[in-house]
Amino acid sequence: MNAILESSALVEQFKTRAEAVSAQVERVATKGQALDLIIRLLQQEGVEDKPHCYAVSAACPLWDQVDKNNLVAAVPGLKFAVTRELAADAKVGISQMEWALANTGTLVQSADEVDKRLVSTLPLLHIALVSTAALLPDLPAVLSRVDPRKAAYISFITGPSRTADIERVLTIGVHGPERLIIILVDDLEVAA
Amino acid sequence: MNQDFKQSILDALSNPNLTGALGNFSVAYRAGRAKAYEGIDFEALRTQIAEVKSSASSHFDELAEQFTKAAEARGTKVFRTSDPKAVKDYILKLAQERGVKSIVKSKSMATEEIHLNKHLEKAGIEVQETDLGEWIIQLAGQTPSHMVMPAIHMTKEEVTEVFNEKVEEGQKPDIPKLVKFARGKLRPMFLNADMGISGANIAVAETGSIVIVTNEGNARLVSTLPKIHVALVGYEKLIEHFKDIAPILTALPKSATAQLLTSYVSIISGPAPNTDGTPKELHIILMDNRRTEMSHDPRFKEALQCIRCASCLNVCPVFRLVGGHVFGKVYTGGIGTILTAWFDALKASDEIQSLCIQCGSCRDVCPGKIDIPELILELRRRLAVEQGQPMIQKAIFSVVNNRTLFHTMMRAASIGQKPFAKDGFIRHLPMFLSNMTENRSLPAIADEPFRDRIKKIKQPKCTEKAAFFGGCLVDFAYPEMGEAVVRVLNKAGIEVTFPEGQTCCGAPARYSGAYEVAAQNGADNIKALLEENVKYVISACPTCTVALKQDFIANLEAVGRTADLPAARQLAEKVMDFSTLVNQLVEEGRLHFKAGLETSKFTYHDSCHFKRTLHADQTPRKLMKQAGYELVEMDECDMCCGMGGSYTLKLPEISAPILQRKLVNIEKAGAPLLLIDCPGCVMQIRGGLDKRGSKIKVEHTAQRLAESLE
Repeated sequence: MNAILESSALVEQFKTRAEAVSAQVERVATKGQALDLIIRLLQQEGVEDKPHCYAVSAACPLWDQVDKNNLVAAVPGLKFAVTRELAADAKVGISQMEWALANTGTLVQSADEVDKRLVSTLPLLHIALVSTAALLPDLPAVLSRVDPRKAAYISFITGPSRTADIERVLTIGVHGPERLIIILVDDLEVAA
Repeated sequence: MNQDFKQSILDALSNPNLTGALGNFSVAYRAGRAKAYEGIDFEALRTQIAEVKSSASSHFDELAEQFTKAAEARGTKVFRTSDPKAVKDYILKLAQERGVKSIVKSKSMATEEIHLNKHLEKAGIEVQETDLGEWIIQLAGQTPSHMVMPAIHMTKEEVTEVFNEKVEEGQKPDIPKLVKFARGKLRPMFLNADMGISGANIAVAETGSIVIVTNEGNARLVSTLPKIHVALVGYEKLIEHFKDIAPILTALPKSATAQLLTSYVSIISGPAPNTDGTPKELHIILMDNRRTEMSHDPRFKEALQCIRCASCLNVCPVFRLVGGHVFGKVYTGGIGTILTAWFDALKASDEIQSLCIQCGSCRDVCPGKIDIPELILELRRRLAVEQGQPMIQKAIFSVVNNRTLFHTMMRAASIGQKPFAKDGFIRHLPMFLSNMTENRSLPAIADEPFRDRIKKIKQPKCTEKAAFFGGCLVDFAYPEMGEAVVRVLNKAGIEVTFPEGQTCCGAPARYSGAYEVAAQNGADNIKALLEENVKYVISACPTCTVALKQDFIANLEAVGRTADLPAARQLAEKVMDFSTLVNQLVEEGRLHFKAGLETSKFTYHDSCHFKRTLHADQTPRKLMKQAGYELVEMDECDMCCGMGGSYTLKLPEISAPILQRKLVNIEKAGAPLLLIDCPGCVMQIRGGLDKRGSKIKVEHTAQRLAESLE
């Protein structure tokens, strides 16, 4: 019971903090629901099989557990073979993160595979999947779990890309995505 | 003071864009920073950071070696050098060998420090800054004015003009559109670049990792898209353990931009694959450039605890008026003054160190726990040793140091001022002295100094005694403050003595770098104040109190007068500021507030030394509330009033607008009474309010306490 309470408090904190930095947070119970949500989002965004309209996805453990064909059938512009050209030309990027940090609303990913960085940096919208059970309280908690000897490139993402370099006016979307949608999936196994 | 330097200050002050943008930011920053640190024990956090960084700077060589081994084991190429030229040659040679034509850079102060771009561009390589602020100033041909926000000195209109002139016509001064335009223009440059250059915020020795923090995402692209990534890292970024990233990464975004965490943090521990599947060619350059030398300096080693958050700029009352360009081309603000003295030359800090008003705001917020004001004083001291003091200053100190001559001159001045003084104020002085009274009236020098007046006060004979240290202002300008002190202490059954041998507290000499003079002032005072065995040594001036309690010891230590230290420590034990002693006496039941007092609202100005060195700021507030007064806090109550001792004479151009802002905040509070615990601030603020024709009454807390206690 305590563990459940604790976890729901973490979810609440994560949601508050991530939304405070302009991320959108969704939570679903099952992988199937996650899939439906992604399809709906991609359709809403007008993803199509033509330049500037693609969605690109890095390898996500979730894909191995669901029927990917449903996805491709519903969203023809969705590509699983990522290249830098495709990513640069895509509207949406999808990737799965290993951890999330409640007290800063941060996503953490071991991102040696370049695809993971391309899809979360080049498109205007990044959809990030993460297991609800992978929520950790804070920075020290994740630093004790990641191993820099095994991961050459570890990424922390907190909200969309931003700047305040002109007159200190906060502006979202500079070199990276201007929107970040985080989907917490309850029955997704912790990737790490 | 050099005329070019004075002119650069005047130019900055007359730039409304600059003062407006920085002024607004400084207000938003204070609130934002406080919110970001909510629920965090900042003292504990910065103590941890200071320990991690201090331990690292004690072992730079070992850590650099450990870093090199760990990183090379993963396939990273590490180049270590103490020479900035070797860094530039290494990068250029690498670029030429690999046929690099274009380079994208994410923000790096270390590359600014060695002027890398110029070196590469001279060889015909295109170097593109990608941080928006850096790109703007690169296009405009300027240098960064702030370590975190390099283009904060420019308005959107100026940015638009730069884009129209240097990139593409037709841009409008609409910030989101300007940002989108930059995204569109820089994107192909990222995709086409042959090399990416970055700095790093942290370098971890045990794992050979670098940590890069950005908001825009440009460091991710710089380290991902080009096949070669070069990171230039100053030795001061080294830490030993991976887990120690946490405290630094917790503090850096909060202190820098009031964010809980930046949008992106990349921890790179080796070459990750490129987009074509080949491994990245990763070069990390560890650059010493005097950091090791600095780590061997017992005073300046502390400056290596800096995490480059620039919070010392953001809270500085001077920086927010003049911006960064007055400080120089690379590192700006408080820490920038120190870094410039080391990475450039001590002489290069000669002018800029004088900008520091010694308010101590930066010391309070520094996440590396660096005593920046103290280090700036140390620069002053070394400059004074190296170059000698200016003639006029020498003449002044020779007077201040000669007690009898000083007091004779003050008496003479009290007569000489007669034509200018009216109801206790001097509102105009002739000609060359006129700038002293341009923005505030000066107090008239008292006809009879406190040292003479106290002899006429009929005090009860008590066994408990307190020696009163007057200080120049109470003694010669505001003897009534001294009288208030005597009245209150007499009520508690304490007799007040005024040791005749007391002289200047030495603060003017110390703050000018003349430590020998300051130490002699201290020694004279120690002798005078310890002559009679009193229980307390009391001052109503926070600067004097700090001198008696701390600086005498520090000054004597600095000049090696160790034989005088035991007496200095004995004195320090007895020293108390007036409000703190009154509070103690009230708590002991020896002083009581009068019943049925006619009270009012009051607002309170925090004097720099009183709050940030003595930490006594809440005591007078509490006492006056006990007396029945209602406190109305003003905005920025603890922001310096611009007095800063002789600062107001050396840099009246800066002191005046600092004062104006203070006066506006005081008036906005709407209370008829302003209380202050420092006669220097009283002089500055009372004079400023008088010039504005304000009716607000300004008093030393001691004066109001004297009326409120029985």
